[in-house]
Amino acid sequence: MSRVKIELQEKAVNRIKEICKSFNNDPGELINVLHQTQHEFGYLPAEVQEVIASELNISVAKVYGVVTFYHFFTMVPKGKHPVSICTGTACYVRGAEKVLDEFRKNLKIEVGQTTPDGKFSLSCLRCVGACGLAPVVMIGEKVYGRVAPEGVKEILKEYE
Amino acid sequence: METIKVTIDNKQIEVPAGTTILEAARKAGIRIPTLCHLKLDDMNIENRPGGCRMCVVEVKNRRNLAPACATECMPGMEVNTHNIRVLNARKTVLELILSDHPFDCLVCAKSGKCDLQALAQEMGIRKLHYTGEQSHYREDTSPSIIRDMDKCIMCRRCETMCNTVQTVGALSAVNRGFMAVVAPAFEMNLEQSPCTYCGQCVAVCPTGALTEVDHTNAVIRLLADPRKTVIVQTAPAVRAALGEEFGLEPGTLVTGKMVAALRQLGFKYVFDTDFAADLTIMEEGTELLERLSRYLSGDASVKLPILTSCCPAWVNFFEHHFPDMKEIPSTARSPQQMFGAIAKTYFAEKIGVKREDLVVVSIMPCLAKKYECQREEFSTDGNPDVDYALSTRELANLIRQANIDFLALPDEEFDLPLGESTGAGVIFGTTGGVIEAAVRTAYELHTGKKLPRITFNELRGMENIRSATIDFNGTPINIGIAHGLGNARKLLEDIRAGKSQYHAIEIMACPGGCIGGGGQPLHHGDSSILKARQKAIYEEDARKPIRKSHENPAIIELYKEFLGRPLSEKSHHLLHTHYFDKSQRYIIKTEESEA
Repeated sequence: MSRVKIELQEKAVNRIKEICKSFNNDPGELINVLHQTQHEFGYLPAEVQEVIASELNISVAKVYGVVTFYHFFTMVPKGKHPVSICTGTACYVRGAEKVLDEFRKNLKIEVGQTTPDGKFSLSCLRCVGACGLAPVVMIGEKVYGRVAPEGVKEILKEYE
Repeated sequence: METIKVTIDNKQIEVPAGTTILEAARKAGIRIPTLCHLKLDDMNIENRPGGCRMCVVEVKNRRNLAPACATECMPGMEVNTHNIRVLNARKTVLELILSDHPFDCLVCAKSGKCDLQALAQEMGIRKLHYTGEQSHYREDTSPSIIRDMDKCIMCRRCETMCNTVQTVGALSAVNRGFMAVVAPAFEMNLEQSPCTYCGQCVAVCPTGALTEVDHTNAVIRLLADPRKTVIVQTAPAVRAALGEEFGLEPGTLVTGKMVAALRQLGFKYVFDTDFAADLTIMEEGTELLERLSRYLSGDASVKLPILTSCCPAWVNFFEHHFPDMKEIPSTARSPQQMFGAIAKTYFAEKIGVKREDLVVVSIMPCLAKKYECQREEFSTDGNPDVDYALSTRELANLIRQANIDFLALPDEEFDLPLGESTGAGVIFGTTGGVIEAAVRTAYELHTGKKLPRITFNELRGMENIRSATIDFNGTPINIGIAHGLGNARKLLEDIRAGKSQYHAIEIMACPGGCIGGGGQPLHHGDSSILKARQKAIYEEDARKPIRKSHENPAIIELYKEFLGRPLSEKSHHLLHTHYFDKSQRYIIKTEESEA
């Protein structure tokens, strides 16, 4: 376990404080604060959680508990092109697992990770409401339907 | 109050509206098994996540079984607590919990005192029908507490103690589903969290997931070492609870038997932390008077209120949470550390033993004491003033291991000189006791007059926060008392906001004070046990021929021969300390968090 203390930029700390304040520093608004902060910072590293905890006057352990409970929150920065594979029922039965394996192989990362160059990150989601197109993959805001494992390389090429 | 009528196991009972089925059943003498449920009556705190489902009961006309701890009685409700459907459900639930629990019972520290083990026996579980994945976490060992989360059943009692009662916030449930576990932020070790080592989590853990660091083997080895002179000190609260480990009623004083047992175990001298408590009063009381007289003479730089500093978990708490106020507490070391410092200088010299050959063991009701004696500032050239702190529970184990028949022991007396103590030293073991002891001495030193009375009932009791004004011969002294760190926080926030009217405040981290310490026999949240122990402490005080610290002849001798006077240079060096800002300790980035 290697640990280093890193200092947040003062600007960033002030922005987090502003976000907390916009929710009246109310501990009951923790999830909303986390949403907004992740929206702006891309992810929720430990030191960001510490600032939020101190602003809302709750323990860091509690904040971390909430961050790790909800899949949406991430402590790892997302890639420039976040890849999300739907593993909902329809996509799953039509081979989403094989598609996911292909992405893992090509990007050399596991679900929840980001490539070292910061270009791609990999995650799973449950149903984007396009079950007719199963299996479905999203990259950023773009939706790909009827994805076959063989087509994965082709899709990734678009982002080279 | 509105009452409702319910039927439980064909018994008609009437209960106030809002009563849970569990409470109603208990009132009717029906015991429903529980596991995660924990109720601390006096603090108005209840842990009932309804998560373990051991307390399920059948409610007529309700489709599914109801958790009794979290279901309120409704008018006309008919409840069955032990039909076959209920029993089968409980067994299934218990087997599922056991399917993700190690089978370490034979060597588990909690064996025999484990709620899960007891339930498995009670339910007659002889075989597990479910096998599957088991969770594995790395073990986390801190100076006081060991976390073995493989044994955690997610009852979340520790979280309730850590967050709701103590407001420490070291622990929280993290992750979800099968991966869920109770852990400090970023799944770091306890040592890197704001944990105060108060040990209240250990005291309520139903399984072996949270236990104390066990030093009994180290002490056994030292006792067998002919080169070492091993001496022992016993904290005041231990004598009021140790008997429970041997089947005696709560509140039975076992001072004499405890001394006899320690002597049989091979300790060369059996001394009393109460002696050091008297010494603490001399130093802390003088410090209080000094600050007070400066304040009364108009010195604006003086910091008031003065806060007691005997409780190591409390010291950890303000170092982590209120470092901006670290100049306010008394600089007096705790009695455990004062004892160690005097033993390894004054006493070692007296008996002609070298510091490194003298081993000081303390018996404490506390787990934070284990951490305290390891603090660097309490050692000389790497040799600690106190070598090992054992809990009351560890002492009981030591006595059992040495096959000593505790109940058959005669009553014996402490050795001299560090075993001489007064009633003021004894009451250090309960909430309100330290400040009462301080008042007894400070009053007489300040006014030069004899106290008209010795007991101060206005300082006694179990209320969370108490206050009283004591007349110091025309000067009213406002005193505050808090036990439980959540209550301490309230007083501290008032001081920070400049709203505090107190001159002196006593704080003890554990509910009830040391008698309810994290190292005491488990009381399972039963406050009547705490009250019985408190009564025993005051009884011992009343029984003592001398009841004021400054009249302790051994203390008078110590100052005459060695220290000079309270707050002397030597006293400062040996008996006082300083505090650290630890608030930044947990603001660190995790490169990778481990499960």
